Amino acid sequence: MFSRRDFLQVTAATAALTGALGQMARAAARQAISQDDLLRFDALGQVTLLHMTDLHAQLMPIYFREPSINVGVGAARGLPPHLTGKALLDAFAVSADTPEAYALSSEDFTALAKTYGRVGGLDRLATLVRAIRAERPGNTLFLDGGDTWQGSYTSLVSTGADMVEVMNVLRPDAMTAHWEFTYGTDRVKELVDQLAFPFLAGNVRDTEWDEEVFEATATFERGGVKIAVIGQAFPYTPVANPRYLIPTWSFGIQESLIAERVAAARADGAELVVLLSHNGFDVDRKLAARVDGIDVILTGHTHDALPVAVTVNKTLLIASGSHGKFLSRLDLEIKDGAVADYRYRLIPILTDAIAPDPEIAALVEKIRAPHAAELSRVLGQSESLLYRRGNFNGTFDDLICQALLQERDAQIALSPGFRWGATLLPGQDITVEDVYNQTAITYANTYRNEFTGTFLKEVLEDVADNLFNPDPYYQQGGDMVRVGGLGYTIDIGKPIGQRISDLTLLADGSRIEAEKNYVVAGWASVNEGTDGPPIYDLVSRYIQAQKVIRIDDKPAIKVLGA
Amino acid sequence: MNTTKHSTKLNRREILFSLGAGSMALVTLTMLPGLARADKTAADAEIKKILGGKTAQDGRVTLDVPQIAENGNTVQLEVAVDSPMTEKDYVKAVHVFADGNPVPNVASFHFTPASGKAVAATRMRLAKTQNVIALAEMSDGSIYSTQAAVKVTIGGCGG
Repeated sequence: MFSRRDFLQVTAATAALTGALGQMARAAARQAISQDDLLRFDALGQVTLLHMTDLHAQLMPIYFREPSINVGVGAARGLPPHLTGKALLDAFAVSADTPEAYALSSEDFTALAKTYGRVGGLDRLATLVRAIRAERPGNTLFLDGGDTWQGSYTSLVSTGADMVEVMNVLRPDAMTAHWEFTYGTDRVKELVDQLAFPFLAGNVRDTEWDEEVFEATATFERGGVKIAVIGQAFPYTPVANPRYLIPTWSFGIQESLIAERVAAARADGAELVVLLSHNGFDVDRKLAARVDGIDVILTGHTHDALPVAVTVNKTLLIASGSHGKFLSRLDLEIKDGAVADYRYRLIPILTDAIAPDPEIAALVEKIRAPHAAELSRVLGQSESLLYRRGNFNGTFDDLICQALLQERDAQIALSPGFRWGATLLPGQDITVEDVYNQTAITYANTYRNEFTGTFLKEVLEDVADNLFNPDPYYQQGGDMVRVGGLGYTIDIGKPIGQRISDLTLLADGSRIEAEKNYVVAGWASVNEGTDGPPIYDLVSRYIQAQKVIRIDDKPAIKVLGA
Repeated sequence: MNTTKHSTKLNRREILFSLGAGSMALVTLTMLPGLARADKTAADAEIKKILGGKTAQDGRVTLDVPQIAENGNTVQLEVAVDSPMTEKDYVKAVHVFADGNPVPNVASFHFTPASGKAVAATRMRLAKTQNVIALAEMSDGSIYSTQAAVKVTIGGCGG
């Protein structure tokens, strides 16, 4: 199990980190962080692993605010990645106001965003990948943790084709998946056929014959080391996303299957076994403690960004953030079939410091050109910081909930607790592209229905348990369902059925009554046949009508036991 | 191995986001907590019958079920018992219960030494989140058991 000792290893690792950070802080003081600063790394060993994950189709640079609330439960309580804000900066000895502080935490976000600018942009990430590949030509293995094909206007209208086109040029050596599956069985197969690299998902099985649907393991040789990469798709895709889109595919954590694949890879001569995972960090932390023989888990799904590798049961866990904001570099020295030494750096993709890769930049421009007018169409302005990430409501979700309440004439709004979605700074225009960056899914239709008070509570309890069940294997890795028009108290440490209390209708301050019906509007139904207007149209219309958006960041949710 | 065919019926997940679901479905749902208590008692009574005054021991039984069911109507289940399966020492039967189902008995599998190994797999229907319990009756009269929680969740909010 994960112990205090593991945490101490994390803090010890910060000693190594401080050197690089010191350099960054000085560069920041000069207001001149260069591409070379970001690439600086003393190469080590035979293998360089590069990892990006959860890009969510963000081809262009964006702002992305990390969470200010990201509570850990059970054995993960108080441990990375469940440190936020100042606690996170202190734990990793990151000085305030530095580029790392900007990239890793929500502290002073708006001011730092103005200093350091946007993050990501696939052309910038490509520049770093190409530079590292050129530095370590026979040693580099570049892996994509999935959630790559979904999350933008162009990915939605092209049903993932834009991302496959770009990624085929960027050329990771393999990928795994989650939101990719929301394009449906046929489309996924079509896109996988077009891929220039393996699509690994060892835990996806056919429901009829219980056979593997995709490749599970790919083997590579880098620096004379035989490497096995095992792909693990998001285990709860048919639960967290609509099952009707992939009715014949079954997922699950499949721990014993992973153990078999690890053993098979070792028997086949692999000296380095990597799990390219979309499990989520806490699931992988538990998995690492229970399955021996995995050298590295490249984690994904929960969008955590950690500036150090976390060691559990001799396994190194890497958390590379999301939205193209980070690229992880892990150099490994392999001796006698084991990791003898490693060096790790979570590289923030500070857009302005990096020259765009011309080939990717041109391709992205070509993909966007037919949609340029619609993408840049201004709907209104925001006076507030609009963000999503965090365990409870984000301000962009508050905007979405307001739009649902008004446009569907509802008392209560429910909006899914996705972890993706770019941030807008106060004063920024809100464009159509910005709305899609928060809502671009293949099941975007809204619903309007009557729920009893009892049922509403049941919904909140159910989602809360998917997030706060103390056993990570029961966690689905999203955040709490967002609510509009409704207040409540949540006691995180309680069991399912007892976490949620004090449900209040905000319109009149009355208590929600168990037997009474309430009009509820929402989106992202996992059921077929939802036929209200799609959420992106509804939110766009609302912003246009409002012209100026102002959200008071005063959550109507009281959190206990955090 | 038999796979029981179930008729399809709305589960909780389908009720929640189904626009057509009216108050009738919701009323049914609000009655579930009361039923659940009754079911657990029913499962306890069935387990007591098998135990016949003995105490079940931990170990030897492996129950492979998903942590979260993808479809409560057909949940995969595999149970295996560690046994030499000889005339002297074998598994006589494995009984599986779901303590939150209206009828808690899921399946009983009977073995002889000629079975070679005590492994069985089937699919079961789970009405809601609950524990699945497996009891193995050994040829010497001892009983081993294990259990696992399976969540039947509304879902719909993944990262």
